[in-house]
Amino acid sequence: MSTAFDVAVEVSLRDGIADPEGLTIERALPALGFSGVSGVRVGKSLRFVVEASDEDEARTQVEAMCERFLANPVIEDVDISLSPAL
Amino acid sequence: MTTKVGVVVFPGSNCEQDVVEAVDTVGGSGQLLWHKDTCLGDVDAVVLPGGFAHGDYLRTGAMARFSPIMGAVERFARDGGPVVGICNGFQILTEAQLLPGALYKNRGLKFLCQPAVLRVESMDSVLTRGLSIGDELQIPINHFEGNFICSEQVLEQLRDKNQIVFTYRDNPNGATADIAGICNENGNVVGMMPHPERAAHPLLGSTDGALLLKGLISSD
Repeated sequence: MSTAFDVAVEVSLRDGIADPEGLTIERALPALGFSGVSGVRVGKSLRFVVEASDEDEARTQVEAMCERFLANPVIEDVDISLSPAL
Repeated sequence: MTTKVGVVVFPGSNCEQDVVEAVDTVGGSGQLLWHKDTCLGDVDAVVLPGGFAHGDYLRTGAMARFSPIMGAVERFARDGGPVVGICNGFQILTEAQLLPGALYKNRGLKFLCQPAVLRVESMDSVLTRGLSIGDELQIPINHFEGNFICSEQVLEQLRDKNQIVFTYRDNPNGATADIAGICNENGNVVGMMPHPERAAHPLLGSTDGALLLKGLISSD
């Protein structure tokens, strides 16, 4: 029996890697009246469904996908969230 | 014997014909290879040209790196065959881990299409063995994601093993250590953001790119 899992993968630039998009947004915010914002980082989010026998197997699969394809470990970090699909 | 240079066409490549023309101009014979091919035929060298392979979806080079032909390109490279990635081709080579590091959005977030002055830093690559360290070449750049990034350890290795092939005189994109092009340890795999094929005829304003492609042609 396999179960479907909703997966959310957040891909973000690794700490220490300059983020020109984040910096541009951060610089634009005070001009719009939003002061006191710092540390803006831009990333991307992927959503999909994975069939697996259990959550551990689903997570292992998603981690492998991230390592080989969904993110570039040279510049990016990933954050994976999994939950049984409703 | 004429050196045969295979130029790989991915869906979204757009510099392949320019590379073929430039290779022919310097005395080689350029021929196109389709990304779905699984062998390289009898070519003596391979170029991954510029463009937007697979629409640059996910990341530049991320999809192209899994195109069927890349298995053959990887074997060819590991056997010492000359492989050159230009612009998007450089991005594909880093994604395929045939070269270290990654290419990210330009500092300043501008698409840059302009001449650049490069300094030759190593003569140990298939493109630069006929040149001298310190030679300056004028070759255009045309990219949004040419900002070379690598870890401190990788940068140290690139320096120690003489793998930095070109630097920019005036860094246009924020690249680490002004890097415009690198090679693998053996020097047979080279990636560069500037476009030598666009500087291969006097009508184009510079023939400095032809000097590099000549190195590829005389690679045996």
